[in-house]
Formats: sequence, C-alpha cells, structure tokens
Amino acid sequence: MSNKKNWPLWEIFVRSKNGLEHRHFGSLHATDAEMALENARDVYTRRNEGVSIWVVESKHITASNPEHNGELFEPAQDKVYRHPTFYDLPDEVKHM
Amino acid sequence: MKENLYKYILGIADNSLILGQRLGELCGHGPSLETDIACTNISLDLFGQVRSYFQYAAKIAGDDRTEDDIAMLRKEREYFNLLLVEQPNANFAYTIGRQFLFDVYHLAFLSELQKSADLTLSAIANKCVKEVSYHERFSSDWIKRLGDGTKESHQKMQDAINDLWTYTDELFHQTEADITMVSEGIGVDVTKLKEGYYKRVNEILEAATLETPESKYFQKGGKKGMHTEHLGFILSNLQYMQRTYPNMKW
Repeated sequence: MSNKKNWPLWEIFVRSKNGLEHRHFGSLHATDAEMALENARDVYTRRNEGVSIWVVESKHITASNPEHNGELFEPAQDKVYRHPTFYDLPDEVKHM
Repeated sequence: MKENLYKYILGIADNSLILGQRLGELCGHGPSLETDIACTNISLDLFGQVRSYFQYAAKIAGDDRTEDDIAMLRKEREYFNLLLVEQPNANFAYTIGRQFLFDVYHLAFLSELQKSADLTLSAIANKCVKEVSYHERFSSDWIKRLGDGTKESHQKMQDAINDLWTYTDELFHQTEADITMVSEGIGVDVTKLKEGYYKRVNEILEAATLETPESKYFQKGGKKGMHTEHLGFILSNLQYMQRTYPNMKW
C-alpha cells in the first residue's frame, strides 16, 4: 500500500470526437504508460466522452513559471491592435 | 415456457450478476482511486449484461415476473452461477485472480455464443464481447504486474491463483439445460473451450512468472445451485432492499 504513493503522475488528453483536438482532461496515477491509458479510459471516458486518448508523464511537461507572468503575459494586455477587430466585415461572412 | 432456455439464460446471467455484485463491494474501497473506478466500471458492464439477459428471461417465463423479480427474489439454491465468481475480495490479488480466471472463460464463451441459433442471445453476446475483451485485458495486465512485481505481490498473486484454481474445472461442466441447448444449436459447448482456456491462462501466468497450480482436486456445484457459504451473504446484501420494500423502484 505504501508504494502507491510512488506511482508517477500522468497528464491525460482526450479527443472527444473525430475532427476535434485532444484536450487536457486531468491527471491520474499509474505505474506505466499502458496502465495510464487503461486508467484514463476508466476515469475519463466511461460516460462516452472520448474517441482517442493521449497520456504523457507529468514530469515531461515543462511549465512556465508563475513568477514570470508579468513579463510573459502582461505586455499582451494592452495591445488591442493585435486583434483583427478593426476591419469591417460584410454581413455575409459569419463566424468570425 | 421453454424451461431449458430459461435455465440456460440464468446460468449465464447469474455469473455476471454475482461477479458484478462482488466488484461493486469495492466501490469506495479499491486500493487506489483509479483501480476503484476500474473495478466498479467492470461491475456496471456486468450489470448491464445481466439486464439484457433477465429481460429476455422474463419474456420467456411468460408470467408476471419482471427482470427485477428474477434478479432479486430467487433463493440461494435457485442461483446457477459458478462457484468461482462468488469468492470474496480477500485482497486485491484475489479480486484480480478471480476476475482473470473468469474473464478468459467469459471471453471465449461469448465469442462462441455469438454464433447461437437464438438471435437474441447472439445479439447480446455480440454486444458484450467488446466490453469483456477489455475486462480480460485489464485483469491479465494486472496478473502480470502483480506476479512480476515485488516479492510480496508475487507471493500474494500466487496464493490467490493457488486458492482459486480449484474452482476452474467447473467452468467446463454441463447441466442438463446446457446439453439440451447445445443440441439445439443455441448453447455453447463449454467442454470444447477447456483446452484453449488453460492454454491462455498458462500463457499469462508464465508471463507473470507465476506457477500453474498442479492440484487435480476441483470443487463443483454452483451450476446446480449448490454454493459455497459465501453466496448467502452476497444475496442478503443484494436482495435486502427488494425484500424489505417489495416492488420498490429507484
């Protein structure tokens, strides 16, 4: 029982239907990739949520440092001109 | 009423019912969140199968019995499940061992039942065979992990296989209903599954570095309604609500 604490953590990505991209669904513990797939199937797709699963061991993910949020993300907050909102679109063009 | 067909269906369905109930006991008590959900998932698959079988059985019975009556209101001797599936969740190795020894049989059985001359049974088998091949993958993967894991997990897995082995021969026994159904092209001749079964089981045990037990003494009786002491306790849990509040619905 004590060993289960040492099971590595895996990040689970599920494609909910064909044509859509895989999205991050959550994480779970498993000893290896095969078990992570089986666990993901049971934990995240038992209510018919998916058609494909990717698993990645969490340690392989490199994350941005929250302490750097200022320099990384704040400069984008006041650059409205980076959004293509200054064009007049004809009414016929939908879903833009 | 087609007595033999009715009994034949109960013989198949009761395995899923009792094993489903056993696995359901682990809900909230599994060794980890992930295995807990996996076991209860398998349990729900089995209960789903049971509904299809009992709905069909109720139709054949042709009286006012419903699927719930058939599932919940029989007495111990009127259940025809294998002794194997009523064995307790002594520890996770037992749960996995019992599941594995049943899944290999169940998968081979349903593969054959798909060819049944009874179109309802073959349709049910066709639907169930996919979920059961997942069950078999799940349990055989765990046999390998525990068998070829630590010294302790190896020993526990070996003990469980040794203890449960005595219930495997019954998988291939035939009741009168079985024999009649085989002769009508409806039932599966389980005696023909035996060789393939032990071959597959040996293969997985070997991959798991486990020994195949050599014991030649086997228990039997479940298929005729003669059960181990465990079934009564399972039924008292299973039937409590229907017995206490007759005709209750969720």
